[in-house]
Amino acid sequence: MMLFWAGVLAVSVLLYVLLDGVDLGVGILFGMSRDETRRRAMMGAVAPVWDGNETWLIVTGVVLWGAFPIVYATLLSALYLPLLVMLAGLILRGVAFEFREKSARMRWLWNLSFASGSLLAAFIQGLMVGALVKGLPIAHGLYVGSVLTWLSPFAIWCGIGLSLGYALLGACWLVRKCEGEVRETAYRAIPPLSAALVAFLIVVFATALHEHLAVMNRWLERPYLLIFPLIAAISAIILGVSVRHRRDGPPILMAMLAFGAAFGTLAISFWPYMIPFSITIADAAAPHASLAFMFWGAGLFVFPLMLIYTAVGLRVFRGKVTLSADSY
Amino acid sequence: MTFTPLLLSRLQFAFTVSFHIIFPSFTIGLAAWLTVLEALHVLTGRAAYRLVFEFWLRIFGVAFGLGVVSGVVMAFQFGSNWSELARMSGPIQGPLLTYETFTAFALEAGFLGVLLFGRRRVAPGFYLFSTAMVALGTMFSAFWIMVNNSWMQVPVGYVIQGGSFVPNDWGKILFSPVVWVRFPHMLIAAFLTGAVCVAATGAWYLLQRRFAAEAHLMLRMGLYFSAVLLPVQLAFGHLNGEYIHHYQPAKFAAVEGRWHDERPASEVLLALPDPSSQSNHASISIPVLGSLIGSMSLSSKEVGLTDFPPRDRPPVLIPFFAFRAMVGCWFIMLMVSWVGSYLSHRQRIEQRRMVLWATFLSFPLPFIATVTGWFTAEIGRQPWTVYGLLRTADAVTPFLTARAATVSLLVFCAIYTLIFAFGAFYIHRLLWVGPVGPGVGPPAAASAHRPMAVLQSDGRRSQVATEIES
Repeated sequence: MMLFWAGVLAVSVLLYVLLDGVDLGVGILFGMSRDETRRRAMMGAVAPVWDGNETWLIVTGVVLWGAFPIVYATLLSALYLPLLVMLAGLILRGVAFEFREKSARMRWLWNLSFASGSLLAAFIQGLMVGALVKGLPIAHGLYVGSVLTWLSPFAIWCGIGLSLGYALLGACWLVRKCEGEVRETAYRAIPPLSAALVAFLIVVFATALHEHLAVMNRWLERPYLLIFPLIAAISAIILGVSVRHRRDGPPILMAMLAFGAAFGTLAISFWPYMIPFSITIADAAAPHASLAFMFWGAGLFVFPLMLIYTAVGLRVFRGKVTLSADSY
Repeated sequence: MTFTPLLLSRLQFAFTVSFHIIFPSFTIGLAAWLTVLEALHVLTGRAAYRLVFEFWLRIFGVAFGLGVVSGVVMAFQFGSNWSELARMSGPIQGPLLTYETFTAFALEAGFLGVLLFGRRRVAPGFYLFSTAMVALGTMFSAFWIMVNNSWMQVPVGYVIQGGSFVPNDWGKILFSPVVWVRFPHMLIAAFLTGAVCVAATGAWYLLQRRFAAEAHLMLRMGLYFSAVLLPVQLAFGHLNGEYIHHYQPAKFAAVEGRWHDERPASEVLLALPDPSSQSNHASISIPVLGSLIGSMSLSSKEVGLTDFPPRDRPPVLIPFFAFRAMVGCWFIMLMVSWVGSYLSHRQRIEQRRMVLWATFLSFPLPFIATVTGWFTAEIGRQPWTVYGLLRTADAVTPFLTARAATVSLLVFCAIYTLIFAFGAFYIHRLLWVGPVGPGVGPPAAASAHRPMAVLQSDGRRSQVATEIES
């Protein structure tokens, strides 16, 4: 039961990162584009899916509360301010999808809210992961830090890293979904983004070694974890080849695979902790009566349905997005 | 009054949840009404049903979108501001909200897209089915929220283990009698919200002498439906009062404005309760009626607030006035819907401009009634978060600082004001354009997962920009 819900949680987080990572990334790239036609194409590429993508965040939140209430209570309260900024960013970028197209005079406002909201949300998510890796002060299952304990250069660096990563996902998505200039610009963005991401990882690795982060020991203790970096490296190579030959399909898959590998590395190096290294999955799990109640309805029947809906949604909106000539 | 983290968190929760409830209470009713319209269209083939359906579908889309956006915040606020509550009641409230998200998401993700953009792609029967499924999803959502809140009002089916509430009987939690009077009360409130808004829109068009056929349809359906439902709502309201009388006597005394034990008790209709002197000023009351309402008896003793130690008493002023505001709204809606239904039935309503104006101007009343009803329930529950078990002061995040809580409250106020202003503006524009013929249908190009994308077809501006090739 406990492992089942840990698995559901992991799947939900991973799906959220991969799916919403794409449209947050497109939002970040959107901020760097000035041309209205291109901006419309970029929004069109994620508009059909962003809403469903973001629902995985709510799923993550409620599963965390239902199955691992201590982690829910501790993390969300410890990360009070970053959480606020992330929610604000998500609301602002969410309404921009709709409000932007209704307004002529106010369009600058919704452009701004879309780009900055996306960047803020991506940055904060990275920052929170960084704070978690660095370790939050927890004693007897209660957070004992201050309102700003999560803030560290390492966490900020992780925020930048995840923003770059999401931007890379976004660029790969645009390559697949768009044509013409947007596709070409996205192609040109992939190599520098990838290079920046590799540089980011090297610095993270060096920092971890230098600061003796507890997570680091786990990687050294468990050499089989190297399979994940290996998968990431292979997918990076295929990504590079596909970009070189301008093949639109593979890049997003490879980028997602690399992200999945990074997620796997992180998840397994945390194992069996949920908040490293103070609260384990077993410590945090809700009583059996709660987990079983969730399992026999939501877990066993509805969760697979939700996965199917997500797959169907992505399939329905597959292929290139084109802007009709008579629009606006 | 000092702004402690506790007070700020309460203000923030009250603000965000009050903002949020406006949209679901509207869309639950609207989804059910859309299902009725679509069923009537399938059965009778009358074009007017279809026209009105398409028109309200777009408004549904905008309101639904705002409900989704403001709902995300709710999913995280329990943990950020109420971490002790989240930790202690997580084993019960967490699974209930998981069911809420899962069941609502499963149905909405599956069928909202069909509802908004799939009219031309599916068979009429399946389209009707999809509409009904979306309506069912909104009701599921309401159901789980009411189970969750009812557990906080009257906790059942739990044991306390290791400082948290552990469920030991889900049957008791789900089939608590409290759930089954409060859920219908909320559901009917949502239906009434939809019906009154629909009737008000019809009246508005008649006042402007536009869309006469559609306006009459909306007016009639809205008025008849509310005329029937409003008395039912009174009955469920009374049943709610019975559970409060039984389980939450302090809340009951506060709502009644009863400071001291009375036998037989009078019913205070209106007064200015004064907490410092523990009495009412300028009270208008009816003898014996209080016992009759409270215990269905002419001689029963009814409990006063001073029976409870001050630290266990809820605040009086807000529940007292919020309850009266709710009942007042109910009464005005009842009068308008009965007079309006009568005149509409006699086909004379178009000449009675005053009645049309009253119907039109009553559109805020169901919203006010819903929000004040929740104020009565939630503030009346104080000083408890989980009634009798966990005090609100002990539920708040212990290390939350006033500065952090101030920042978050201000940020939410600013953002919600902004999106509410624009959302209201766009809904108003859709209403102003009105049911203007076949052009109102959303373009096939728009996307399934964008509830608010329907705005794009508002007929005054150019059509949707993107087209998705499959």
